[in-house]
Amino acid sequence: MPIAHIMATGMGGLRGAGDLVAWMQMTRKMKLPEAKRYVAEKLGVSVRDLTDEDVMYPLREKLGIGLITAKSGAAAGIIAKRRIAKLLDIEINSVNLFQRMLAK
Amino acid sequence: MRMSHTVFTRMGDGERISIEVGELREQLRKGTEDASNKGSVPQLDAAELEALCDIFCEPGRAVSVPHGEELIVTDDGVAENLQGSEADGGAGIDLGVLSSLLAYERSTAADTACMGHEDFSFKPVKAIIDYTTTTYYTASQSVTVPLFYGAQPNLGLYFQPDGPFPNPADLLPAGKIAEARKAQEDAAEALRSDMVFVGRELNQVGCEGLNFDTAGSSGDPDFYATLQAVRELKASCPAMPIIVGMAAEFVLGMHGEIFFDGQRLAGMFPHRQVKIVEAAGADIFGPAVNVNTSQTIPWNLSRAVTFVKETVKVAEVSVHPNVGMGVCGIPMMLQTPIDCVTRVSKALALIGKADGL
Repeated sequence: MPIAHIMATGMGGLRGAGDLVAWMQMTRKMKLPEAKRYVAEKLGVSVRDLTDEDVMYPLREKLGIGLITAKSGAAAGIIAKRRIAKLLDIEINSVNLFQRMLAK
Repeated sequence: MRMSHTVFTRMGDGERISIEVGELREQLRKGTEDASNKGSVPQLDAAELEALCDIFCEPGRAVSVPHGEELIVTDDGVAENLQGSEADGGAGIDLGVLSSLLAYERSTAADTACMGHEDFSFKPVKAIIDYTTTTYYTASQSVTVPLFYGAQPNLGLYFQPDGPFPNPADLLPAGKIAEARKAQEDAAEALRSDMVFVGRELNQVGCEGLNFDTAGSSGDPDFYATLQAVRELKASCPAMPIIVGMAAEFVLGMHGEIFFDGQRLAGMFPHRQVKIVEAAGADIFGPAVNVNTSQTIPWNLSRAVTFVKETVKVAEVSVHPNVGMGVCGIPMMLQTPIDCVTRVSKALALIGKADGL
């Protein structure tokens, strides 16, 4: 069932900018339109581009913020999230912990 | 655009039916009217009802939103479903939590993911908190999308025979109202304490988000404990976002005299639930609108969109309606039909203006 919802209306996660827009809803309580505009501005793309795989794949690869496919050496997980936190100027709990642990 | 005079749809229990377009419009009208009467919210207007009618008349099995109208999909542990049991629609594949989460993230292109206890309640998590925090931490290092930890308040687990407190289900029929209320108050305090404990432990390992799923399932004391826990956790763990998803459209007054910030919780519908959840500090709110299995899906979905639209209108946080089986227009069955699921998705996105699902 979740697959049906995702295909019908989802932003596509790592295929697009779905995770990034989700972070803005979560960390800054932004509603959807504002969250999309914010992310689009940070990425330097249009709101329409956020779900365009042709735009988002090379952009995500260039920024090192995680890809949907298993590209060898590409950032994923906590490394990608650290870059996402910096890109979006947000606090991500797991990233803060990661950085505290590295600082020790 | 009408592709035929007869439309294929379903009943709330999933049974396939065919109805004339005229009857479809009547079902949609009755559904929004019911929501308006019950919840004292505005009905959908003529244009919205016609848009909803168009969605049902689309000939495709699956329907979708236009480009640019996409929203965020969150979940309540569905991300682990590949390795879960049928109770949650799981596939029972012996994958392990991390592999399930990564498979969900990569193969379904999910915007977020959520993990939790197989029982998916806070009470059992407390006993295995070390395992929980270790598993979460390990997963959070590899998962790239936001990773929530989800659990249900499930106040019912605190009543006898499952828990220590007298059961109001036994006390109320015996006319012991005061005793039933006391039992619920005491149980709610224990629940609050457990939820705060679990939340704080998860925060220590960098929990990216906590999902309180099906809040209010045991009525107003269940909802009260949730609101208290949210407020406490937002104060002590400010970097941990919180979702509160409801169990039902109406907070059942099992106690009846419980107030939060001066507001009686019993009787609240989604457009009021969201305001009290915002006041507690939550970052995302998930309303639930119960499906009536004796009514058609058009009736149910029109009803759900009516409630959701008003909730979104008054909300200051993102609204992610619950769209699992039996809520917000999804038929009450394990294998939810794609024709209904995608129509619910589209309607809530385009007409309900939801921020997510």
